Amino acid sequence: MSHKVVIPIGPYHPLQEEPEFFRLYVEGERVVDIDIVIGYNHRGIEELSEHKHFDQVAYLVERICGICSTSHPFAYVNAIEDLAHIQVPERALYIRTIIAEMERIHSHLLWLGLAGHFIGYNTLWMWAWRYREPILDCFEMICGNRNHYAMMKPGGVRRDILNEHISPLKKTLDEISRATDMFYGAVVDDPVIKARLKGVGILTKEQARNWCVVGPTARASGIDIDVRRDDPYGAYDRVSFNVPTEQEGDIFAKTVVRLKELYESIRIIRQCLDKMPKGEIEIKIKEIPAGEGIGRVEAPRGECFHYVRSDGTNRPIRHKIRAPSYMNVASNKIAAVGGTISDAAITLAAVDPCYCCTERCSVIRKEDNQRILTGWELIKLSQEKTEKLKKEIGFKDVI
Amino acid sequence: MSIEEKIRENLKEKIIDGYRHSQRRCYFSIKPQDIVEVANFLFNELSLRFSIATAIDTPKGIEILYHFSFDKSGEIFSVRVLIEDKKNPQIDSLTSLFPAAEWIEREIWELFGVNFKGHPNLKHLLLHEDWPQDKHPLRKKDPQVTP
Repeated sequence: MSHKVVIPIGPYHPLQEEPEFFRLYVEGERVVDIDIVIGYNHRGIEELSEHKHFDQVAYLVERICGICSTSHPFAYVNAIEDLAHIQVPERALYIRTIIAEMERIHSHLLWLGLAGHFIGYNTLWMWAWRYREPILDCFEMICGNRNHYAMMKPGGVRRDILNEHISPLKKTLDEISRATDMFYGAVVDDPVIKARLKGVGILTKEQARNWCVVGPTARASGIDIDVRRDDPYGAYDRVSFNVPTEQEGDIFAKTVVRLKELYESIRIIRQCLDKMPKGEIEIKIKEIPAGEGIGRVEAPRGECFHYVRSDGTNRPIRHKIRAPSYMNVASNKIAAVGGTISDAAITLAAVDPCYCCTERCSVIRKEDNQRILTGWELIKLSQEKTEKLKKEIGFKDVI
Repeated sequence: MSIEEKIRENLKEKIIDGYRHSQRRCYFSIKPQDIVEVANFLFNELSLRFSIATAIDTPKGIEILYHFSFDKSGEIFSVRVLIEDKKNPQIDSLTSLFPAAEWIEREIWELFGVNFKGHPNLKHLLLHEDWPQDKHPLRKKDPQVTP
């Protein structure tokens, strides 16, 4: 790159489907150090945001991530409404909550499938993604898009949930509820999955606190935080739900937390559909005064944080965005070190960062700095370990 | 005693200014040289969670807001420092208190040119390693822009 080139720069958002580079340093089978390099997908969103007016920014930040695409605009509109002390119509709050919880369901199912794939359970992968489809269809029905729903705007939502949407959505929820029963049984009672995931990639409570991790990664380590309950936004203070936590901090605990959250999300959407009042879905905002505001959202991966400062014009003077993986991925430094190479793929994926991350992964032998394994070989190694384990405990696939 | 009262009580010599913006958002201003002591009190004594830090280029200097979250009440306490020396801005690193500050300090270092004293690994996070040392992308191009 020439030194004269000036590119607009913002923060990096290490969310799903974006490249990160993990350099593992190993001695024999053990991972002794890890170097995390990010920045490959740095698009300068914070700088771009300073050049858009307040309404446009919601659509800009929606493009940060394709998986939790509603979390960023949701956190952004929360920040704007905090800044300008805007009261949003009741119905809009419920619609926002429904969209955010539908997103959590599809995101957790996506992760479950990928985790299954990484440890050689391709059946789990196919089943999890098969049940993700009806949720995406519901998104298409409500907002016209399977991803990038474009529902959030400062002051309300862009589209209403119509009466005719409610019964297909409820039907899909029933279907997913049954599927979650199946997944829960398949994962929690499976001896091979237990052998692969228990005691692997542990992040203790103390470490989780020091690395300030968020979301399921923190809750699996016994840290009981959830923005939906602690700092309620949307309609979360009008519905009842539990915040599942586990104490072990290993990958198994993270899986159990996410599976339990599926049930809670289904519960929240059902309550919202029943309680949702009739009325306006947005209010017109004339101008955003000078000031500052902070908006938070519990994204599928944890707390998503937006800070907006306005100088009274129609554009933000500063827009800081912190995606949950920013805190979670850094903690891989603790979770992966000390484990074996064959556990590295699933450990790095356990915080639910990005699919490409493992594809970008390479293993370097400590003595001569020689590159010996690619990301795909690493997944292969992980899958072979599962096969070996199955043989050891005499487990036969039932097909 | 609420967390806000505890902060005001224990840090009353450090706090220059402060206000409550809304029910769960609170802002305090302190001097840059007090940041380690204040962050230590918030993180270790009050067990607040470090959420993130925001840097802003203002006409008066580089402003950094350290956002701490108290999850029991859902409040965010943002500690504001203003580094007036824009030519050579520096402040103490918080990495000795909690490793979670490592990435964001690297990010502010490269995007705003703030030197974090005591940071163990101050290198590029988002930008390419060849990026010129004197170019800081999020500094305001137009000095007339008001905050």
